[in-house]
Amino acid sequence: MRDVNTEKVLKEKARTAANKQARFGEDINLDKYEHVAEALPYKEDLATIPAEAKAQMLQTGVTVDDASKRSGTIIQMDHSVIHSVTKQSDIEIMSTIKALEKYDWLHDYYWKAVSVDADKYTAHVELNPGNGYFIRALPGSKTTFPVQACLYIGKKNLAQSVHNIIIAEEGSELHIITGCTASPSEEDAMHLGISEFYIKKGAKISFTMIHNWSPHVAVRPRTGVVIEDNGVYLSNYVIMKPVKSLQTNPIARCVGKNTVSRFNSVVVAPPGSSLDLGSQVILDGAGSRTEIISRTITTGGNIIARGYIEGNAIDVKGHLECRGLILKGEGSIHAIPELRGNLAGIDLSHEAAVGKIAEEEVEYLMMRGLTRDEATATIVRGFLRVDIEGLPPELSQQIRDTIESAEKDMM
Amino acid sequence: MSEPILEIKDLAVTVDERPILHNVNLTVNKGETHVLFGPNGSGKTTLLMTIMGAPKYVITGGKIIFKGQDITYMPIDVRARLGIGMSMQRPPVVRGVKTRDMITACARGRESDAELEEIVKSSNLSELVERDINYGFSGGEIKRSELAQLLAQQPDLVLLDEPESGVDLVNISLIGHLINKLLQKRQHIRERERSGLIITHTGHILEYVDARTGYVLLGGAIICEGDPHEILKTIVKKGYEECRKCVM
Repeated sequence: MRDVNTEKVLKEKARTAANKQARFGEDINLDKYEHVAEALPYKEDLATIPAEAKAQMLQTGVTVDDASKRSGTIIQMDHSVIHSVTKQSDIEIMSTIKALEKYDWLHDYYWKAVSVDADKYTAHVELNPGNGYFIRALPGSKTTFPVQACLYIGKKNLAQSVHNIIIAEEGSELHIITGCTASPSEEDAMHLGISEFYIKKGAKISFTMIHNWSPHVAVRPRTGVVIEDNGVYLSNYVIMKPVKSLQTNPIARCVGKNTVSRFNSVVVAPPGSSLDLGSQVILDGAGSRTEIISRTITTGGNIIARGYIEGNAIDVKGHLECRGLILKGEGSIHAIPELRGNLAGIDLSHEAAVGKIAEEEVEYLMMRGLTRDEATATIVRGFLRVDIEGLPPELSQQIRDTIESAEKDMM
Repeated sequence: MSEPILEIKDLAVTVDERPILHNVNLTVNKGETHVLFGPNGSGKTTLLMTIMGAPKYVITGGKIIFKGQDITYMPIDVRARLGIGMSMQRPPVVRGVKTRDMITACARGRESDAELEEIVKSSNLSELVERDINYGFSGGEIKRSELAQLLAQQPDLVLLDEPESGVDLVNISLIGHLINKLLQKRQHIRERERSGLIITHTGHILEYVDARTGYVLLGGAIICEGDPHEILKTIVKKGYEECRKCVM
C-alpha cells in the first residue's frame, strides 16, 4: 500500500498545481470534460471487442485478432483495463492499480520521472486516477516479440486519465508498441497520459507510439525517462491523423554513464490539427549519446517542433535534427532546436530546415518516368523515412505501414 | 538509310529570359551516337535539358521531333516514358529516397528483381544502393548511379551530360563499359535500338565509346559538324578559337 503520508503529499502537491498552466500548448479547460467512466468488464476473448474499436486499434499497430507476434497485450478502454496477458514469464504486464497493490516498492517509481505538480494535467491525473499500464522486464529478460499496449477512449466527452510505469530491469530488453486512439465520433474527448520509464543498468527499451485520434480530441501526454549506466532508450512517435490539440515534451534524464537515447518523430498535421511536440534529453552521465530526429509535414495544420539537449558531463554527444515540409495548405511549422552545454568536452549539434519540396527533386524523378504525383509521393515517403536501428522487424514494418496508409490523405 | 530518332529544327531556347540557344539543327538516327563539344557556357547542357523537357528551359522557337512525334511542348515525364533518358552532370540529392528505390522506379516493372540486381552489380553499386540517392556520392559514384538508372529505364535516346567529369582513371573504363552496354554497342549498328547524344568537355570518353558524328556548340549555336575524333584533335591542338575562325 502507498504510504499515507506520501499519498497526502502527492495529493496536496496536485491540488496546488490544479490550475497551473502548462509551459507550452493551448490551455485546455478540463472542466468541460467528464472525469468518471463506468467500469467495463474484463474480456478474456479479444474477439468480443467491437469491430469499430478493433479497426481503430489496428491503425495504431495493435492487433487484437492475431496477437501471435506479440509477447503480451494490455488494453485499456476509458478507465478500465479490459485485457491483460503476458506470454513470457519474465515480462510482467498488468494495470497500474493492480501493480501498485502488488508491489510496495513500486511507489518508489511513482511520480519520480514526471513531477506530479508539473502542470494542471499531471495534477489532474493524480487527483482523478484512471488506471494505466505497468510493464516490467525482469533482469536479463528479452521480449521475443513486442509487447502491445492500447489506450482507447470510447466514452463521449471523457477526459481519459492514465498513469503508466515501465521498468526494464538490469540487462533486459523490452520492445513496446503503444497505440492510443478513440472512437471515430464527432464528440469531444481528452487524453491525459503519464508515462514513467526506468531503464536500469545495461537495459534497453524501444517504445513505439502511434497516435490515431480524431479532430475533436485534445491530448496532453507527460513522459519522463530515467536511464542508468549503459542503458538504451529508443522512442519512435508517429502521428499521421488529425487531432484537435496535442502538446507533449518528453524528457529523458541520462543519469548513468554511456547511455544511448534516440527520439524519432514522424508527424503530419492535416487542416485543423494543432501540434506542439518536443523531446528533451539531459545528458548527466559521462559518455552518453543522444539523437533527436523529427520529420514534420503540414497539409494545413500547425506544428511546433521542439528539441532540447543539455550536456552536463564529459564526452557526451548529442545531435538534434528538425526537418519540416510544408506540403500544401496554409499551415505552419515552427522548428525550435535548442542546445545547452555546461562544461568543456561536450559535443552538441543541431540542424533545422523548413520548406517545400524542391522542384529540382521532383523533376529529377519525373526524368525517370514518374508522374508528378508519383514523384511527390516518393519524395514525401523518403522524407518521412527515419531509419531506426535496434527495432524488431515487426515494429519497423508497422511504422512503414502506418506512413504508407496515410500517404493518400496527404497528397 | 536509318530512320531519325531525334530531329531538332531551328531550336531557340531561353533560360530566365536570357537567350541561350539559337537556330540549333541536329538529327540523330536510330542506333547512332553523336557527341557535343563546346567550352563552358556554350549551351551544351541547355540543349540536353531542353530535349529532356526540363521546364526551366523555355523553347522560344523551333521544334523537337522524337520518333516522328512533335514533343516540343511535352512534359518531362511524358518524354521519359516515350523513351528519352538522361544522365545529369550534377543530379540533386533526394534525402530518404534510396538508390535502390530509384533504380526500381526507373524500371517501372519492366525488369525482374534478378535483372535489377545484375544492373546494380555491373555498375559496382552494391555498397551504395541502401544510401540516399546522390547523398555524399563521389563523382564516379554519381555517374555509375545515373547509368544504372538508365540501364533500368531502357530509353531509346540516351542523353549523357559529361559522363567522364569527376571520374578517376579506374572508374572511367567502367563508365565507358556501361555506356556501351546502354547504347548496345556490341550489336551491329543496324540492329541497335538505342541512340546517344553525349556532351564531352575533355573528349576522354571517346577513348571508350565510339561516336559517329561530332558537333561544336559555340555561343548557343552549332558551328561545326564532322568526325568526332578529328574535331577533338583540332580542339586539343588549337582550342575552340580555331572553331570560331571557321564560322567567321
